[in-house]
Amino acid sequence: MKDPNFLVGFDKSDDAAVYRLTDDLAIVQTLDFFPPMVDDPYVFGQVAAANALSDVYAMGAVPKTALNIVCFPEKMDLNVLSQVLQGGSEKVMEAGAVLAGGHSIDDVDVKYGLSVTGIIDPRKIYTNVGCKPGDVLLLTKPLGVGIVCSANRVGEASAEAMQQAVRYMTTLNKYAAEVVRGFPVHACTDVTGFGFLGHLHEMLGSETSAVIYGNRIPHIPEAFHYAEEFLITGAAQRNRNFLEGFVEIGPDVPFGIEEILFDPQTSGGLLVSVPGDVGEQVLEELEKLGLPCGIVGEVIERGEREIVVR
Amino acid sequence: MKKTVDATGLSCPLPVIETKKALKEMSRGELEVIVDNTIALQNLEKMAKQMGLDHQLETINENKHIIRILVGDTAGEEARDVEAAPNVSGKTVVVLSSDTMGSGDQDLGRVLMKGFVFALTELDRLPDKVLLYNSGVKLSVAGSDSLGDLQKLEERGVEILNCGTCLNFFNLTNELAVGSVTNMYEIVQSQMEAGTIIQP
Repeated sequence: MKDPNFLVGFDKSDDAAVYRLTDDLAIVQTLDFFPPMVDDPYVFGQVAAANALSDVYAMGAVPKTALNIVCFPEKMDLNVLSQVLQGGSEKVMEAGAVLAGGHSIDDVDVKYGLSVTGIIDPRKIYTNVGCKPGDVLLLTKPLGVGIVCSANRVGEASAEAMQQAVRYMTTLNKYAAEVVRGFPVHACTDVTGFGFLGHLHEMLGSETSAVIYGNRIPHIPEAFHYAEEFLITGAAQRNRNFLEGFVEIGPDVPFGIEEILFDPQTSGGLLVSVPGDVGEQVLEELEKLGLPCGIVGEVIERGEREIVVR
Repeated sequence: MKKTVDATGLSCPLPVIETKKALKEMSRGELEVIVDNTIALQNLEKMAKQMGLDHQLETINENKHIIRILVGDTAGEEARDVEAAPNVSGKTVVVLSSDTMGSGDQDLGRVLMKGFVFALTELDRLPDKVLLYNSGVKLSVAGSDSLGDLQKLEERGVEILNCGTCLNFFNLTNELAVGSVTNMYEIVQSQMEAGTIIQP
């Protein structure tokens, strides 16, 4: 039996679940937690929280309450935990939501995240699918944080590249979501573990195709160099394998950009599909937020290939 | 020349990094790399393709895969290799006479020095000795940004020598965390006998 008020669930690999309470009010629920990808516990807390909150923004909703999810080794220094929680709680506060509690268990490794509840007018939900031919695709944060974090793990990332990655990962998608709210949005998602192309694939939903401009992808400059030096990740290769057959990459696209397009992101930006005639206007507003962003492609009628990068 | 890199148990990007290092040391021949998962194999294949090197893949079983990379008959490359190798005999001694690198800005100098010591750990051919004197000894004490890199060098056989007078002067003798203490006689001797002295 399907509850008619259960509007969005797992079926279309959407970002969060949506349940309608009244005609003009629905709750949005999401949960996300993971092990550290940076050394600094405070930064890790910020990144994990920004990442969990992001799913709510990707639905077009506003976060209201959040609960901590914590796995922490009993023998580890509790100051580390308090820094993780400090970072997380600051991001929840910045989001304008309330940190309402949480649950922690003893575990061999540290993991942290949030369960977030938000609200939305059920008639204004952004779903993953719904791109229309003639739309342009906007990306609100640069790509490449996965490559930089992985290079950092083996001591190959510069301090500057890591600083950029941390800045992008800790930036809430709140601000980009507020910008796009003023425009007709056909589809929206946040770019995370499946990489840019993986999330684009979900968004096109077997009804439309897309052309991606390989030379207009906002990215961390050093991520490109690291990829060209083959500091490449296993996760990006898994994404590549999964998308085999869907993606055609043109001969002029450099190898580094290819890897960046498959690179899994932590707390990545929003990928938004809006009508072509408002694209430049949205971009102009997004650029005021101060993060590298851009129009990265266009939606076309379903063709032989789902995604062509050129 | 045939070489093998066993990258089992390593996760990406380490197998690729190890392979790249091994390739750098080879001018021709076959490099065999063993990995324990297909993702690492695919990443190595991607690299070989990008580098334009002939290669073959073989899967022994689920947990053992081999890529054989042929390093070609590239006379030009060999010539370059010879050119790149310093053609001197005797020991290579790195002299760190300050905790900063270059002059102009102290903060920048500290960042540069940290990068310099890290880069030493990445060299294909490590120096034989690192001499630290004056504020250079601050790099060897607890809390230094370069401590980990210096310890890495020491573990790999590089002799780390700190000026005792200098440690005394900065009141850091008890804080020394890597290498041994030396005197002016040895500082002079080491530099006299060196084939190459590197001073950032």
